This record gives sequence, structure tokens and C-alpha cells, in this order.
Amino acid sequence: MSGGTSLENANPVIFERSGERLLTATDENEDVHDPIDDREIFDILFLHLIRSINDPEHPLSLEELNVVEQVRVKVNDAESTVGIEFTPTIPHCSMATLIGLSIKVKLLRSLPDRFKIDVHITPGSHASEEAVNKQLADKERVAAALENSSLLEVVNQCLTPRDI
Amino acid sequence: MKEALTRVQTLSAHPDSRCWFVSWNPTGTLLASCGGDKAIRIWGREGDSWVCRSVLQDGHQRTVRKVAWSPCGNYLASASFDATTCIWKKKNHEFESFDVLEGHENEVKCVAWAPSGNLLATCSRDKSVWVWEVDEEDEYECVTVVNSHTQDVKHIVWHPTRELLASASYDNNVCVYAEEDDDWECRATLTGHTSTVWSLAFDAAGERLASCSDDRTVKIWRETPGDSGQGDSSWKCVCTLSGYHGRTVYDVSWCRLTGALATACGDDAVRVFTEDEASDPEQPAFSLAAQATRAHSQDVNCVAWSPTEAGLLASCSDDGDVTVWRFHREP
Repeated sequence: MSGGTSLENANPVIFERSGERLLTATDENEDVHDPIDDREIFDILFLHLIRSINDPEHPLSLEELNVVEQVRVKVNDAESTVGIEFTPTIPHCSMATLIGLSIKVKLLRSLPDRFKIDVHITPGSHASEEAVNKQLADKERVAAALENSSLLEVVNQCLTPRDI
Repeated sequence: MKEALTRVQTLSAHPDSRCWFVSWNPTGTLLASCGGDKAIRIWGREGDSWVCRSVLQDGHQRTVRKVAWSPCGNYLASASFDATTCIWKKKNHEFESFDVLEGHENEVKCVAWAPSGNLLATCSRDKSVWVWEVDEEDEYECVTVVNSHTQDVKHIVWHPTRELLASASYDNNVCVYAEEDDDWECRATLTGHTSTVWSLAFDAAGERLASCSDDRTVKIWRETPGDSGQGDSSWKCVCTLSGYHGRTVYDVSWCRLTGALATACGDDAVRVFTEDEASDPEQPAFSLAAQATRAHSQDVNCVAWSPTEAGLLASCSDDGDVTVWRFHREP
């Protein structure tokens, strides 16, 4: 999905991936109620999902490009809400909507149906922040986009884990 | 006075899919639902419960976003993401695909019949509103394409008695159209919402229009006639219901029988508002009369009051269900 011969962001800053979290005794105790919290989001979403989402332009994961950081993931299990802010690599990144859509699709597929998933651009990090946010929040347009087989293919490609 | 919203029945209408919209036939005997499974289901009453009478499949290649009954009740129109609108004709107790209206560039978001039954309007993500004329031979001809919105048009609704059409858009505005010299023109643009306007509903007399939005408010607009009775009319926002809805308000329905206003919200709730009897028509006040906070397990997409049975309300949700409610007012 480079979309052309020249890359928009030819030399991205690459960030180190974070390590795996160690399981504690209570995590493995099935009798203890384990609500989905920020840490769970870090474990499930961040390590296993967002890390596997690839930047449409680079063979790097969103985490390596610092597009998604753990501090920008907010979850409230009791209210069934998940909010994620992502930071496009450059303020004019034309892939912002596609990256946001990929994050949204991955969360929609992975979390229980009760969750309300809000995906936003980190404030101040993109020139068309408001327009991209509005499009990602419009579930009717998201639903229509996902019925578009060529777009869905691109999204699925972004969501296919690479060997790391 | 005590008011309550009680659940009559929940129907698993579009399982494993999303139910986008429900519509009552003019006599209130049938309810049509549509959804992401590309199907339309017709529900009828059997004693105290609602049962599926027919399933209309193979009409559309993609999601069926909305459905609308003709004023005579013999036709059903369905708007689909496949860019077409299907007209279904009732034959005995079955429905047959009768005509397919093509022309929109992409997703058709809404379809609505004029009260006369001679006109049909459709709107689309292609930013346009189309008006179709139905002649005596049941043939449909597009008479106007209006491009007054700058974005995706979400909803259209006809005035209850006059040939006046209103549309709601992703551009945050509402437009009101009327015919002039065989052409449909935008007569008024209602600005005030700060995000997508998802739906509209006229009151029984057609003097007021309710709009609901992604900005989590409902606005009530009132028409103030133009000086000469011709030309541009103006619609003024006379009331804003804010602070009640936790997320996007996807639909609003204004009961023609009782005047109660129902809303469908992304926070899973169905709410009913009633107008304070003593309030000034120029500055009406509405209060929350009843709500079902967990009406559905996911977003509520649509609410529709029965046209014939006061207080009977249908809602549908992303969870695929249709629920029938009864709104009681006990003195």
C-alpha cells in the first residue's frame, strides 16, 4: 500500500517494542474476577493486536512507529467503553483514516459486542484531525466501508501479523 | 402523573447482524425491519405477540439501511448500500420485488413516500436528494436531483400534509425543499447542530420538526411563514434537549397520536419526552417522561411510534433485535 513511488515519510523514527508482561498468580486463578482494565488492554489489545497492525506504508508495526502508545489507551470495563488515541507519523499522513479504521476493526473483532469503541487522532497531531475523527465515529460509514471488498482487503492486510 | 416504558416483546429480528431500521405500515398491523444481513422482515401480530410473516431476500446485494411503506400500505420501498432502492409490491400476503430504482453513485441512506403516494424521495452518500414521481402505470421517474448538502445525506422525511421535504446530513445541517416550476429547491437551511444530523421527525400538524444529532442533542424547529407566503420560509430552533443523551442520538420519532417524542441513542437507551402543557409554543419545554437505559445490549438505531395504537413503540439495535414497548401515562 505504498500508493506510489515516493514514500510520504521516508525516514520514520523507529521506537523500541515493549517487552511481554509477566503473569502473576492471580491472573491465572480462574476464580478471581478479572475485569478488562487498562492493563488488560495493554496485554490483549496492545501486545497482541495493535502491535500486529502494520503501517500501510512501512513494514513496521504501529507500535514501532509510536502511532499507538499504551498511555493513549483508556478502558472502562464497567461502562463498556474503550477509547484509543493514535498519532499519525506525520501531520499530513494520508493513511490516517486507514490506520484508524484498522485499529477500530481489530477492536470490533476482538472485544465483546457490549464495548463502545472510540478511535481518535491524538489532539494536535494531524492536519485533518476533525474530519478523520468524524469519519471514524460514523458507524454507518464504517459499516459501508467494510462492505467494500477492496478496502476490506487492505484493512485485513494491515491486520495480518508479521514475523517479529 | 406517572409514566413508564414497559417491554412488550423482543424479537430476534436480524440475528448475527445489525438491525438498522423499523417501519410501521399505515394501519399499524405490520412492522418491517431491515439490517446488515441484506434482508427485510415483515412482522405481524398474532394475539398478544409479534411473529415473522415474511422474509424479503435477494432484493439487495448489500446492507438494507431503511424501509418505508407507501401511504396506501401496498408498497414497501427499501434503501440499500448497494446504491439502489427496491420497490416491493404486496400481493395477497406476500411481497414481490416490483421495481429497482437506480442512479445514486453510492450508498442510498434513506427513502420516504410523500403523503399523496405520488412522490418518493431518496438520499445518498453521494450528497444528493432525488425526487421520483410515480405515474398511474406504477412507473417511477426521477424528476429532480437536488445537491444542497455538501456531505453524505443521512435522512429524508416528508411533511405530513404538504409537499415539503426535509433532509439531514453529515454536514451538520437540515435542508427543507419545496417544488417550484417542476423543480425542487432548497427553501431553508437549518443550522445549529455541531455534528452529523442523523434523523428528523415532523409533529402531527407539520408545524414543527425535530432533529437529532451526533452532538447528543435533539432540536425542535418551528416554521415562521415568509412575508408574502411565497419564497423562502424560515425555520427557527425553539428548543434544544441537551444533557439527556450519553452518546450519538441516531433517531427521533414524534408520535402523531400523543405528541410524545422518542429517541434512539448510542448509549443503548430509549427515551420518551413529553411537552409541558403549560409551555409557550414559541419556547416549548420538553421533559424526560420515561426511559429504558438498557433498552438493548448495543446502540439503538431506530424508534418508531405505531401510527394507530397510542403509546406502542418499536425500537431496533445493533444487537439485531427489535423490541416493542408500551408507553403508559397513568393519571
